[in-house]
This record gives sequence, structure tokens and C-alpha cells, in this order.
Amino acid sequence: MEHPLVPRPSFRRSLTIQQRVVGALLMREVITRFGRHNVGVLWLIGEPMLFTLGIAILWSIMGHKNEPGMPIVAFAVTGYSSVLVWRNTVLRCTMAVQQNIGLLYHRNVQVIDVFLTRIIVEIAGATGSFLTLSLVFSGLEVIDPPRDLLQLTFGWIMLSWLGGSLALMMGALSVYSHLVERLWHPTSYVLFPLSGAAFMVDWLPTELQKWILLLPMVHGVEMVREGFFGAAVRTHFDAGYMALCCLGFTLAGLVLAKNAASHVGAE
Amino acid sequence: MIRISNLSKTYHTRLGPRTVLNRVNLELHRGRNLGILGRNGAGKSTLIRLLAGAERPTSGRIERTMSVSWPLAFGGAFQPNLTGLDNLKFVCRIHGVDYRPMVSFVEEFTELGVYLREPVLHYSHGMMTRLAFALSMAIEFDCFLIDEAMVVGDRRFHERCHIELFQKRRDRAFVLVSHNADVIKLYCERACVLHEGQLIDFDSVDAAYDFYNTVIMPLSSTQAATSDSEDPA
Repeated sequence: MEHPLVPRPSFRRSLTIQQRVVGALLMREVITRFGRHNVGVLWLIGEPMLFTLGIAILWSIMGHKNEPGMPIVAFAVTGYSSVLVWRNTVLRCTMAVQQNIGLLYHRNVQVIDVFLTRIIVEIAGATGSFLTLSLVFSGLEVIDPPRDLLQLTFGWIMLSWLGGSLALMMGALSVYSHLVERLWHPTSYVLFPLSGAAFMVDWLPTELQKWILLLPMVHGVEMVREGFFGAAVRTHFDAGYMALCCLGFTLAGLVLAKNAASHVGAE
Repeated sequence: MIRISNLSKTYHTRLGPRTVLNRVNLELHRGRNLGILGRNGAGKSTLIRLLAGAERPTSGRIERTMSVSWPLAFGGAFQPNLTGLDNLKFVCRIHGVDYRPMVSFVEEFTELGVYLREPVLHYSHGMMTRLAFALSMAIEFDCFLIDEAMVVGDRRFHERCHIELFQKRRDRAFVLVSHNADVIKLYCERACVLHEGQLIDFDSVDAAYDFYNTVIMPLSSTQAATSDSEDPA
């Protein structure tokens, strides 16, 4: 509740309110999406896991045309999990405000809270799925356990940052124009084969490498694979470049989300 | 206190911009109340949405130094797949209030019975309104925003709303908007008329009542309004 004599809440109080609101939205989102039936909330992890598992099985059967010696299951798990982080997060954030417009009647709920909630849910799901698959497959000795956990974690955090910042930016943009949602679908389809999920940069001709490395997600996948396979693969990435992209998306997203509030209901 | 200064709201339509509110000024103090009269489409609901903070003004300022409710009995923030009880929990969490002490009040007020634990999407309009009103009462706001057109129900519901709002919460401030001059006259100590984007202030409710009924609403529609059998909330 608002204190009568505090017209402008302090940063700390605002933070408390935001935490409370995002917490409430998280519970609402999870129950709404996964319900209380059968395994309920576990679908948060189960859904992306099934996707990744499907791809891993498909690629194993088809004998994906990779370099000899590349373990196909681990390759698929690292690749597809990375795609989930940026593709689904953006997908869930475009139109998020339009779908939740009534929520804004609660003055504590701001546009950015709606995005933060969906970003957290998506990244938590993708991370949980990646972690579970890695652990289970390592336990069953289908894949070798990751070589460099620190590098793997760092790569994953960078990918999550990319997914979150891109989702914030695209989600806020979708408030201004419905075109964003329409265009993201085809864009994500084109980006999937280009994102590094299904190839290693090293396999490409040298002149193509510098072009493909313009895409920030490629750096993330390479980092994750460096952590997973260690010296067994040659990776190409620039964490600084990727961080710069993420920073740009984050700033743009924050500014757009702040101004998006005055556009809500305008269209 | 709520203070509105030079508030304007313009919507963009296919036929160009439409100014719904044009440099509106308003002040409401703690514990006081205000009725706003206006025809259909005069901008009453827009003003309520702006006061609630659900929309941002095109220009101008809204200052709030007391807690302001969402529009009373507004059910648009309900998540249809969640149960009535889940929606109660959600609203309480957002406002940092423990939901447990509220459950019995909501159960008793809404008379939803087992349906309180069923998804809201199976509710009738009346059930939804009762739940929405009960949730509005679960959070103790300093100022309630009431759009009379939203609080639709049978006589019993209106009586219960009346007790909760105008008797138990007599000490609170409220803004009541309506197209019905009699409703405003019954409940408000002060009244304004919203017409063509302007908020016209009056010295007394009677002056606003007369102006609205003679100038804004011509005779035939006045009769319709007074013979309106619908009970005021």
C-alpha cells in the first residue's frame, strides 16, 4: 500500500514492490500455463526437454553430417537448448502486454514486470531442461560430462542475457507495432539454421566465418560448446562483442519498455 | 489527495486524433468524494482508467498521495484459467496483503460456494462482478474508483455493495462516475459534469444535477433517466 506522505517512492521501496509484483506474476504465469494437472509445474522443464530430446533423436538417426568424432547427442543438446533460450523467450514476450492488458489496471504492475516474468519463466525452463538432459545423459554415459563447467556456465549466462535482452527489446517493440510479432516468426526460422545450433563455426569457410559471427547467438553457442567439449573442438567467439550486443539490446529494451506504457491501448 | 493538472488524453483513430479529455483539472482530498456526470462516450471511463494508472495521459500530471483502487468490480484483470481463489491470491500478493484472512469474506460476499475454486472462465457475468467487487474490498484503499456502469447486479448485490462501500468504508474517498444524475445526487457531496472534453465544476451537486438534466440531457432522455428502474450501487 502507498504511504500517504511519500509522493515519490524511494528506489528501495520501488524495488520491494517490483519484487513482490514479479513474484506474484511468476506464480500466476506458471499456474496459468502449466496448471495443476498431472505433473503441473514440471512441464516448465518437460516441454523444452521434449523438444530437445526430439531433435537429439532425429539428428542421431539421420546421422547429422558433422565432423567425425563429434558426439551427436551432446551436439544436439547444446545446440537446441541454446536456440530455446533466445527464440522462445522472444516469442513469449512479443504480444505479452496485449495478452495481459487488464493487469495494468493494478497500478503496481508495470509493462516491464510482464516482460521480466516471461523472461524468467522461459530461461528457467530452458536452463532446467539443459541441466536435466546433461545430467541424465552423462549419468547414463550417453555423453561425456562437460569438460569445463566454468566456461559452460559463462556461455550459458551470456546466452540467457542475450535471450532476455532481445526479448525485452522485441516485446517492448511489439507494443508499438503488431508487425514485430509477425516478423519474428519468419526471422526466427531463418535464424535457427544460422545460429550455430547445427554447425560449428570452424566447419565453415574462413570468409563465411566473419559474417556468421556477426550474429551474437553464434558466439554463445560456441562458448557453451567450448565448455562442453573442451579442447576436442575448435571454437570461434568473442565474448566482448556478444556482451556489447546484449548491452545494446538491454538499453534499447529498457528505454522502449519505459515509453511503451504510454502506447498501451493506443493501437 | 489526488491532484490532476492540465490532463489531456488523445486517442489516434483512423480518422485522425480524437481528444477525449482536454486540459482537465481536479483535486480530491482524503475522505472526500466526487461525482462525475457525463453522457455515454463523454470520457468517464477514460478518466477512471487514467486515475487508476492503467493508461498514461497524453499530457498533464496526476499526483497521488493516497492509495487509489482499480475501477471497482473491474474483472478485466482476471486470468480466466485461474480459479476465483487464485485470482484473490494474486491480487493480494501484488498489494503485499495476506490473502488468508480475506477468504472467508470473499466466500461470504460472493456466495460463489464451490465455484470459488473453479476457473473463472466458467463464471457468469454476475458471478464475475461479485467476485471482482469482493476483491476490490479485500484491499483497503484510501480512495475507490467507481464506474457505476460496471457494478451491475440484482437488488441484493446492490444492497450488499452499498453496505460494504458507503457504510463500512464511509471514511474513504471515492470518485463515482455515472450517466445517471440521480445516482450522483444520492451518493456524492460534490459533482462535476464531463462534457466535450471539459470537466465543469459546480458549487453544489444540485447545480450540477440541474445543468446536466437541462443542458446536456434534453427532456426526453431525462425522463428516461429518472424512470430508470435500475437500483443504484
